Amino acid sequence: MSITAGIRGYTEVNNEINTEFLSKDKVTVAEVNGQRYLGCALSEGKALEIRGTAGNDLAFCLNGGRIILHGHGQDAVGNTMGGGEIIIHGHAGDALGYGMRDGQIYVRDNVCCRGGIHMKEFRSMKPVLVIGSNAGSFLGEYMAGGTIVLLGLNLKRGEKLFGTHCSSGMHGGKIFVRGAFPKENLSPNIKAVSLSDEDNKELDEYVKKYCRYFDADYDEIMKKPFMKLIPETSRPYANLYTAN
Amino acid sequence: MSVNYIPRRFTVIRDRELCINCGCCVRQCSNECHYFSDDGKTVLSQSDACVACHRCVDLCPTRALRIEKYVCDYRENANWTPQYQQEICRQAETGGVLLSGMGTPKPYPVYWDKILLNASQVTNPSIDPLREPMEIRTILGRKPEKLTVEKKGKSTVEMPPQVILETPIMFSAMSFGSISLNAQKSLAMAAKELGTLFNVGEGGLHPDLKPFTDRAVVQVASGRFGVHSDYLNNSKYVEIKIGQGAKPGIGGHLPGEKVSVEVSNARMIPEGSDAISPAPHHDIYSIEDLRQLIWAIKQATGNKKPVSVKIAAVHNIAAIVSGCARAGADIVAIDGFRGGTGAAPVRIRDNVGIPIELALASSDQRLRDEGIRSQISLVAAGSFRCSADIVKAIALGADACYCASAPLIAMGCHMCQTCNTGKCNWGIATQRPELTKRLNPEIMYKRVVNLITAWNHEIKEIMGGMGINSIDSLRGNRLMLRGIGLSEKELEILGIRHAGE
Repeated sequence: MSITAGIRGYTEVNNEINTEFLSKDKVTVAEVNGQRYLGCALSEGKALEIRGTAGNDLAFCLNGGRIILHGHGQDAVGNTMGGGEIIIHGHAGDALGYGMRDGQIYVRDNVCCRGGIHMKEFRSMKPVLVIGSNAGSFLGEYMAGGTIVLLGLNLKRGEKLFGTHCSSGMHGGKIFVRGAFPKENLSPNIKAVSLSDEDNKELDEYVKKYCRYFDADYDEIMKKPFMKLIPETSRPYANLYTAN
Repeated sequence: MSVNYIPRRFTVIRDRELCINCGCCVRQCSNECHYFSDDGKTVLSQSDACVACHRCVDLCPTRALRIEKYVCDYRENANWTPQYQQEICRQAETGGVLLSGMGTPKPYPVYWDKILLNASQVTNPSIDPLREPMEIRTILGRKPEKLTVEKKGKSTVEMPPQVILETPIMFSAMSFGSISLNAQKSLAMAAKELGTLFNVGEGGLHPDLKPFTDRAVVQVASGRFGVHSDYLNNSKYVEIKIGQGAKPGIGGHLPGEKVSVEVSNARMIPEGSDAISPAPHHDIYSIEDLRQLIWAIKQATGNKKPVSVKIAAVHNIAAIVSGCARAGADIVAIDGFRGGTGAAPVRIRDNVGIPIELALASSDQRLRDEGIRSQISLVAAGSFRCSADIVKAIALGADACYCASAPLIAMGCHMCQTCNTGKCNWGIATQRPELTKRLNPEIMYKRVVNLITAWNHEIKEIMGGMGINSIDSLRGNRLMLRGIGLSEKELEILGIRHAGE
């Protein structure tokens, strides 16, 4: 049995979902129309399947749970995510994966502005954000760790892989980009380098997963070359101040 | 030969008759002002790096040391003061943004010193707090608009989460990184004993502080350091940090040198990496967006934790506080521009923001005018130097006050304003193990407890004098205040009358 969200408020829907999770590990919610905060802090071993358009702050502070969204995501999906997996069969809005520290997010299509900002890693925690199509401005702003993969699939003529100010203030982590990318949109501190063997191995894992989730053609994707975007220095603001 | 354009600030004076050349000062000074001469027996000093922290003075067993202001006159000029000239030289040398620690030292008006308190005489009796009950217990949180009761008199209103404090004084946010773990531990232990709260700041929660989480306020700032669902759920309340009084509009930046193994554990970032927490939360561009984050936190904590929003006192503060209240905040903390900091750009610290007295008074009045004062608790911050400041703040409308500099002074801080250098000789604003070990939480927490206990007594004395036996009757009670030497406009904003009226 699945929960039907319809046009009910998010409090009611979320309460219903949480009650279901008390006795079940997998809950499905259908006819979602922008209800916010679905799957907030969902813990490990729990899975939430959503049909429709999930509202803002989907999976805020996700705590190891799994979210499968058949539809589009709005703003701040995976905000401050601490682990788990989010699979979006559609596109996502602004500030996707803000401050995410662990876990993986797979988006079939594109994402809007400020995707993957403040992503950070810690010891074995390594966040991964895979985007099927392209990203808006400020992708990876203040990025301090983790991996973003930008596949650039199904781009229309004139569409760029990412918007302006890409990786502004980035001081850690890496972004894998496939095919041509707009160099003019990169921030000054960023350099593009070729992938190491280790990078290729890592990338391969994410692409395979992407293909499995969204039924994409692996060989077709791997035909185009990838580049890696990394910060030139991990301390971009080291000499900004003088003690008074 | 390089020219030193800036004369030193202080001179260390050593009384040769008293000095026994024990070398205590040599070991204590992280700025390396004291040293043994070539004979290895005589202790000498060179004062260039002295910051007047008094560590050597206070620890000298024979009291042989004294710090003196170094006087080197410039030609008198009320405009081009020595300070501005020296700052220009410093920037000409380095090309850097001037950085300093603690609150602004500039002589802006301190309104606490221009407000006088009332006491009862003849017409209504004062109360003796030593022999009569006196209530300073403070309860923070959103209050229901009205109460409904069932037949037997039991309330049928669902009460939003409340926080009970045994004193209106809480400890303000200071992250592990800006201060040492021992300093944080001292505050945590003191908060537990006093029945109040400490605030972990935006640097996450160190595992050693887990036993104190029921006394902890945890912050969520733009960098999201150490924020995860357990962090939010193991707290007394959650605070969204929008701004800080010492540097409104400026974010946090903990340089990689200060991110030690332990700091990295709490912040959950790699060791040695910069911890950048910019002023804007890029998911908050409006009151509606703030509402979204407030409710996201409430959803992630099962609506069990009050959510606070901390903002810096700036122009139009009253409208901003009203917006925060309407966005669903349970507590709004306003931080005035004299508030302290571990590091702030000097130009921001000394020029941006407004005093807490004015911000608090106008915000409280605005909320009352709009009929939403009971929806939130107001916490005032930004330099409370004594219990009388706290009493005045509560009478201006604060539910509680955040104090940080005062408890730090109790732990040894001497306001040398060089927290940013990370060389704090008192073991407070440093991560160097040889310095942090100087601060023993078992001893220091008692000094903090003593301080607040003394302030609690004084608050009760002052309240008793006014004939008030509950802090709730003092809250927003501006009739207990009178201004001295204030203009009409200042009195109007503070909502108080002039002395003699």
